[in-house]
Amino acid sequence: MPLSGLEIYKLLPKTNCKECGFPTCLAFAMKLAAKQAELSACPYVSEEAKQALAAAAAPPIRLVTLGTERSFSVGNETVLFRHEKTFYHEPGLALRVKDTDPALEEKVALVDGFSVERVGMNLVMNALAIENASGDAGTFAGAVAKARAKTKLPFILMSDSPDAMKAALEKEGGMKPLVYAASDGNVEAMAALAKAHGASLAVKAETLDGLAALTEKATAAGVEDLVLDPMPRHLAGALAAFTQLRRLALKKNFRPLGYPIIAFAGNGANSPEEETIAAAQAICKYAGIIVLDHFDAADVYALMTLRQNIFTDPQKPIQVSPGLYEINSPKPGDPLMVTTNFSLTYFSVAGEVEGAGKPAWLLVTDSEGMSVLTAWAAGKFDAEVIAKAVKNFQVESKINHHKIIIPGFVATISGDLEEELPGWEVLVGPREAVDIPAYLKLWQ
Amino acid sequence: MPTTVEIPKEKWTGKVREVTLGATPSNGGTRGREVVVGGEATLPFLHFEGAIPHPPVVAVEILDRYPDDWAAPLKEVWGDVMKDPAAWARKAEELGAELIMLKLTLNESGAADGARAADVVKAVLGATTLPLIVRGPGQAEADNAMLVPVCEKAAGERIAVGLCEDKNYRTIVAAAMANNHLVIASTPIDVNLAKQLNILISDMRMPMERILMDPTTGALGYGIEYTYSVMERLRLAALSGDSMTQQPMICFVGEESWRQKESRVGQGVPAEWGDWHHRGVIWETVTAVALLEAGADIVTVRHPKTLELVQSTIQKLMAS
Ligand code: B12
Ligand code: SF4
Repeated sequence: MPLSGLEIYKLLPKTNCKECGFPTCLAFAMKLAAKQAELSACPYVSEEAKQALAAAAAPPIRLVTLGTERSFSVGNETVLFRHEKTFYHEPGLALRVKDTDPALEEKVALVDGFSVERVGMNLVMNALAIENASGDAGTFAGAVAKARAKTKLPFILMSDSPDAMKAALEKEGGMKPLVYAASDGNVEAMAALAKAHGASLAVKAETLDGLAALTEKATAAGVEDLVLDPMPRHLAGALAAFTQLRRLALKKNFRPLGYPIIAFAGNGANSPEEETIAAAQAICKYAGIIVLDHFDAADVYALMTLRQNIFTDPQKPIQVSPGLYEINSPKPGDPLMVTTNFSLTYFSVAGEVEGAGKPAWLLVTDSEGMSVLTAWAAGKFDAEVIAKAVKNFQVESKINHHKIIIPGFVATISGDLEEELPGWEVLVGPREAVDIPAYLKLWQ
Repeated sequence: MPTTVEIPKEKWTGKVREVTLGATPSNGGTRGREVVVGGEATLPFLHFEGAIPHPPVVAVEILDRYPDDWAAPLKEVWGDVMKDPAAWARKAEELGAELIMLKLTLNESGAADGARAADVVKAVLGATTLPLIVRGPGQAEADNAMLVPVCEKAAGERIAVGLCEDKNYRTIVAAAMANNHLVIASTPIDVNLAKQLNILISDMRMPMERILMDPTTGALGYGIEYTYSVMERLRLAALSGDSMTQQPMICFVGEESWRQKESRVGQGVPAEWGDWHHRGVIWETVTAVALLEAGADIVTVRHPKTLELVQSTIQKLMAS
């Protein structure tokens, strides 16, 4: 929570020496509070004051970064509900693999290479959790080295044994993994290892008191990049614990619990579907890292889609620029279609046309990022808007016919559009984009 | 000194209204049981903060005719029962549905046949002991033409009828009121429009205990984030004491999620989308779960596996 000018003033030397460039310490304090000055301008400020000010300026949930080349960051969230502002950092999705798994390398390669394009963005998995199921330090370190040869993704190293963790970290040096986990019995040793290897550290405890005690020990040992595992026993418990953690951080500015949360979706799940459901809840409700125990393309695709949706800024729909798009290198005689600049709409239509292998011109109007029916209902996708786009983007200089295909859902505007575009023929296309390929086959 | 963390709890001043679907013989109907939804005094499943007297429930969606245009995985899994709405409803009840949602459609020539609609509703009521939700085709005149005879024929059963929209609610509300039914008030993803419509309906003297609210469902990947946020806002308003937002919420999940390419199309899609049948079920399930987390009291689904998965999720979320 930021300090007020008066609170800052209390921390300054109060000598009014003017070296900061301000007439008094109080004036300087006021500028600091307004973020119009830098603390470093005062040569006499004490170490203690510096720390107090830095702590006050820190975000309520610490930003933690895992990995190097394919790194991802979580935390630094500012609201409980996405409509209050937005959620900023998508939770990282990880797959857990045991160090005893003979298929370890295949699974690593699968997660490494999995990627799906959706509304113009590439959706990927973010990490691998390698578990010391063998209980043996050498096996663990060996598995980590094997996995590392297959991927640049960050690792979550899972072992309760500081010895095994040490062996693995020696292979992982410099790759910024997450050490999972410090608990009551081993927090000093785990914190020392995380510190020595520049890793972040997860702490696990069944109660919030227990978690807070652990983070205080870890920060005292010099590890700041922490992740919390409240070890929920079931779905309702996870929802309660994650909500409480988020509220404590944001509403109470409770520092000891101001860190991202890690969720193990498979714990307590009786089937792959139940695990997917737990992961879906974790995406909506406050997890920073979500570890899966099974990999199924359909499940992962659904989860990545949910994550993309929930973490979209509510003020700004994902948009494409208005303009005349060429799909499959169209010639002047090829069909002209019109749609809105909502990314989802654009990519649904463009994807179908591309998939059909048909050349076409796709005119994208400026509809403020709204879908066809939403834009139509809001008056942002009517005959006038479309006619304007035809002119602005010089459609007539690119094509040699006067036919325009409109979305089936706005069939009602065809009369108006023929008036706005004299001499043009308005054709009503299908309602759903999936039916566009069949429709284009009939085009002559 | 060990830290003691104080659990942060909100002190809510309002709660969601309780709405009862269906009437047993002692209340003038023929249903085997009544289903109560609503009553929450806290955000979804936060048992540490307030009472959640009734779990959300799952309705299975059926049609008054064979659903030619539904995705193949749905037709495969239900099979021949889809040819007869009564058999379909009976099967849904056997599979554990808590409610039946019957969607009425226009006939082959595009006309609204009210008498036939009423007969189908009667047959479905006869085939199942569950409370019923009945929706019209979604066009103002057709809805009125079909839902009025339906309300009359099902008098006393306390079915929920809809959708009531701002431009088309009077006739449906009047018919529901006269025959002891509930109505579903539907608005396009907007808090103020939802409040407004609840006010208009209650101005007709429909008791608030007989109104369900449909915030408009966007499916996973197709606008779910808008629905999710408007539901969170409606629920926060309800808990903060805003009376006109305190209706239980219903989400038509199956209809929306099975309309999308991911569920409808099995071929020519990226291999990364995974198995078609499974994808359809997961798409529907994830949509339902996310909206339950945002405050849904009733979700309607199409696939039997989704029914099972969502019900077991609700059970787990109700365990405190
Ligand atoms: C999400 C949503 C919103 C979001 C906006 C999302 C956005 N960025 O556009 C919000 C909440 C802001 C919103 C607001 C409103 N909405 Co709205 N909204 C929806 C919702 C749930 C989904 C829309 C969506 O994303 N669809 C997915 C996209 C991909 O679909 P699409 O653009 O139509 O594209 C498809 C087809 O049209 C086709 N296609 C597209 N282009 C082309 C081109 C050609 C040539 C062809 C052949 C085909 C084709 O392919 C695509 C895939 O099949 C729908 C209801 C629903 N479940 O569908 C209501 C809906 C569209 N909204 C509606 C309304 C009324 C409104 C409001 C006016 C409400 C109000 N009074 O405030 C406002 C208007 C906005 C404003 N005033 O600011 C109504 C429209 C009713 C109607 N028939 O006129 C709907 C249908 C809800 C309803 N049943 O009442 N909405
Ligand atoms: S330099 Fe420091 S001590 Fe001197 S006036 Fe500025 S704030 Fe005060």
